[in-house]
Amino acid sequence: MRQLGVYIHFPFCLKKCHYCDFPSYQGMQRWMEPYLEALFREILEWKGEVCDYAVKSIYLGGGTPTLFSGKQIASVLEVCFKSFNVRGDAEITIEANPGTVDRGKLSALRGAGVNRLSIGLQAWQNKHLRFLGRIHSSSDFVQSVMYAKEAGFENINVDVMFGLPYQTVEDWLETLEKVCSLKIQHISMYSLKVESGTPLHIWYEQGKFPLPTQEEDRLMYYKGREYVSGFGFKQYEISNFAIPGKECVHNLIYWHNEEYIGCGSGAHSYFNNERFSNTSDVEEYIRAVMDGTQRINYREKIGEEDERFETIMLGLRLVEGISKQRFKARFGRDIEFYYGKTIKKLMKQGLLVDDEVSIRLTEKGMDVQNVVLLEFMQ
Amino acid sequence: MPNPRQSKIRNFCIIAHIDHGKSTLADRLLEMTGTLTEREMQDQVLDTMELERERGITIKAQAVRLVYKYKDGEEYILNLIDTPGHVDFTYEVSKSLAACEGALLVVDASQGIQAQTLANLYLALEHDLEIIPVINKIDLPSARPDWAKAQIEEVIGLDAEDAPLISAKNGIGIEEVLDRIIERIPPPEGDEDAPLRALIFDSFYDNYRGVIAYVRIKEGSVRPGQRIMIMSNGKEFEVTEVGIFRPHLVPVDELRAGDVGYIAAGIKNVGDTRVGDTITSADRPASEPLPGYKKLQPMVYCGIYPADGAKYEDLKEALAKLQLNDASLVFEPETSAALGFGFRCGFLGLLHMEIIQERLEREYDLDLVTTAPSVVYRVYKKNGKMVEVSNPTEMPPPAEIDHTEEPVVRAQIITPTEYVGDIMELCQERRGEYRHMEYLESTRVMLTYELPLNEIIYDFFDALKSRTKGYASFDYELIGYKESDLVKLDILLNGQVVDALSVIVHRDKAYARGRAIVQKLKEVIPRHLFEIPIQAAIGSRVIARETIKALRKDVLAKCYGGDVTRKKKLLEKQKEGKKRMRQVGSVEVPQEAFMAVLKIN
Repeated sequence: MRQLGVYIHFPFCLKKCHYCDFPSYQGMQRWMEPYLEALFREILEWKGEVCDYAVKSIYLGGGTPTLFSGKQIASVLEVCFKSFNVRGDAEITIEANPGTVDRGKLSALRGAGVNRLSIGLQAWQNKHLRFLGRIHSSSDFVQSVMYAKEAGFENINVDVMFGLPYQTVEDWLETLEKVCSLKIQHISMYSLKVESGTPLHIWYEQGKFPLPTQEEDRLMYYKGREYVSGFGFKQYEISNFAIPGKECVHNLIYWHNEEYIGCGSGAHSYFNNERFSNTSDVEEYIRAVMDGTQRINYREKIGEEDERFETIMLGLRLVEGISKQRFKARFGRDIEFYYGKTIKKLMKQGLLVDDEVSIRLTEKGMDVQNVVLLEFMQ
Repeated sequence: MPNPRQSKIRNFCIIAHIDHGKSTLADRLLEMTGTLTEREMQDQVLDTMELERERGITIKAQAVRLVYKYKDGEEYILNLIDTPGHVDFTYEVSKSLAACEGALLVVDASQGIQAQTLANLYLALEHDLEIIPVINKIDLPSARPDWAKAQIEEVIGLDAEDAPLISAKNGIGIEEVLDRIIERIPPPEGDEDAPLRALIFDSFYDNYRGVIAYVRIKEGSVRPGQRIMIMSNGKEFEVTEVGIFRPHLVPVDELRAGDVGYIAAGIKNVGDTRVGDTITSADRPASEPLPGYKKLQPMVYCGIYPADGAKYEDLKEALAKLQLNDASLVFEPETSAALGFGFRCGFLGLLHMEIIQERLEREYDLDLVTTAPSVVYRVYKKNGKMVEVSNPTEMPPPAEIDHTEEPVVRAQIITPTEYVGDIMELCQERRGEYRHMEYLESTRVMLTYELPLNEIIYDFFDALKSRTKGYASFDYELIGYKESDLVKLDILLNGQVVDALSVIVHRDKAYARGRAIVQKLKEVIPRHLFEIPIQAAIGSRVIARETIKALRKDVLAKCYGGDVTRKKKLLEKQKEGKKRMRQVGSVEVPQEAFMAVLKIN
């Protein structure tokens, strides 16, 4: 049976973070009930399309999914279980913001089938949290992790950021230290990117804060990587580290360039050689689903050449790289047939390794993945 | 003595500083004489090129015949020749003036005389034109007509007592101007039966009729079927059409001495009808051409390359088309290691260069990379030979050079007295030599400087404007060559000379300029996987150095919740940017880098 991932988007936040350019909105809580109705309907609509698939992951992302009650989330999952062939061992993740979860809600989520929690901490120091526009403190975070453990979560991810303005290497390592000491299973560490259209971008343009240089950014990355490895975390992707066996099934679907469907406003799907996404306008999404009109506002056929490139683009994020055998199975020919010259050139530059089993980035290559990918673009 | 026909003709032009209302006055004259119907009327009729309209300047000469009924009940033919107003086109201006007997001197009632007006006025006086001062913009609250009149009398020594006070914008006083033209400007003379002598004051290429030469018939007459000869080169053609400007071309049976009109004779190349040349009759040629013809030599050169190398042929075609109408534009193929195939182009001056570049980009939709403009240097070698160098790559090695010379201009700057200090400072920075200062009145002076041409081809005018809040006006003329200690400044990327970035500079300026260029390049060249030294050098001696650090990070942290398309789009954008770069050795240089070097000071 073919495998599938399911992403469900919850576009509501108490307050939008200063760096966030995801399709999520504050002050829209009055649309939460109608949104759920639309979501139920969309999920049910998918039923016929995906009956031949086994769902190996459900990811409830946002926004802040935990703005909804445990009961509401449970009802969403129930609809999923009714509509999809969800495997018994499926990974079911929910993103949670410290400050929006308590003991009761976490127990309810666990009881509803959620088995993985992804908590956004971003930074330990409250000054950084304030700058980023986070609504919680670091103690809220600790409490959330404690509640989660009490509720029976044994697979917890924590998101942390480096490369923040005025963040020192000490700040950064302190953040990792606090996270690791909580004995969680997965860490996503990513550097701050100032996206256009965000308050941060405006402030940056106004010269209100500096960003670290590339050298400082990399120093934090290297130090962070080294630090968490001391706690048994193994890097398996450019930004992701896990206790072996706890790698994120859902994100691996993306990186292996496998199929997934996205439900909810702004959600993306890759299904039947097409990439498409729903409108990210919440009201429009609700109206379209309820009226049965077009909710998809982007659609792109993925030809074989696109698919090959995307397989490379995504696969090279993984430490294990692109399995040569899987590549051949997928495209009928060896990876060298398509990209032999490029691979050779990049190997000569010390950016790529061919270890017979797979093609993967070197450590240096990981720092400049875009440069590598540009070479693969035709 | 003018014959009765000639006595009803007046040939005149308008002399004015930019913005002093030349085109608006021309429009009103056309309107008042009913030359164009209302429907045909649009602002600045004579400035037809899009660029001319936008910049409010005249690039090509234009002419129009107006018919005006004077108060004596007679109809007069008034030929208005609209002249280019910029120093780059001084020669064209002088030829347009030579086609007239008089000129309107338009002076802004609140600004008074400016340097450009003065330069063209002197030209007009050289041609013995009758000057009629006209005070324009009297409707403005800041207008001071009496002051402007006094200034004209004081500065030029011209009686301005009864100068018409007009507002071209509001149509005030236009009739008075027309009357004055008839009363004061002498009618043309010239023997209609003498051998033909027609002065070419402009030409353009028409797809159907070939070259249309704008002419003033000085002597004799010309009609279709007649064989004519271009006096400078002896080429002969048969006239297919003659006509007048209304302002569109209207064929007539004949043009006679005193007339302004056009001649078409199946001429294929505007290079055959250069401004200032004389057209005569092939069967009965005049013994002497009209005086003052010279073939213009370009003053400023630069390399022009297509941003996309594949567009080379398009660029070639576009240049050829522009040259059809612009005999002063020269170009020849050139190859640059950095920029590939392009053209070395010569221009009359900076404005001319900018105009050509803009027209190539706009009218021919080309993306260009241009190299720093260069003047024509004279390099005297130790072996006694002299070479003219307009391209830094042609500079002989230092060991072979005995001495070098650069072109020098005499610049006249008119400014309110409070900016004299700033202007002197600016001229000094640009290696100018002070000549003299003359008070035009108690609050305004005219400064005369001798300046190397290469110091004013970058941004002298901009610097002047910014230091004088736009109050100073500036004009210059080439006066010759002067010995000067010139060196070729090379720029090296990763140890390799980038030919397109080399410039010739005065030795005293080399260090500062070298520093500025390497710093600028450091800003615009992106990091590579390896460290890139940028050096400025004279010969083998490095005088400035910067280093672009190696790229340490170029990776996206997030995967955008399954939004793979977004990441791909970012990469595609990056790829697009890379495509537009020029490969110089192992270094990829964005095109902005070549342009950035032009904007350094």
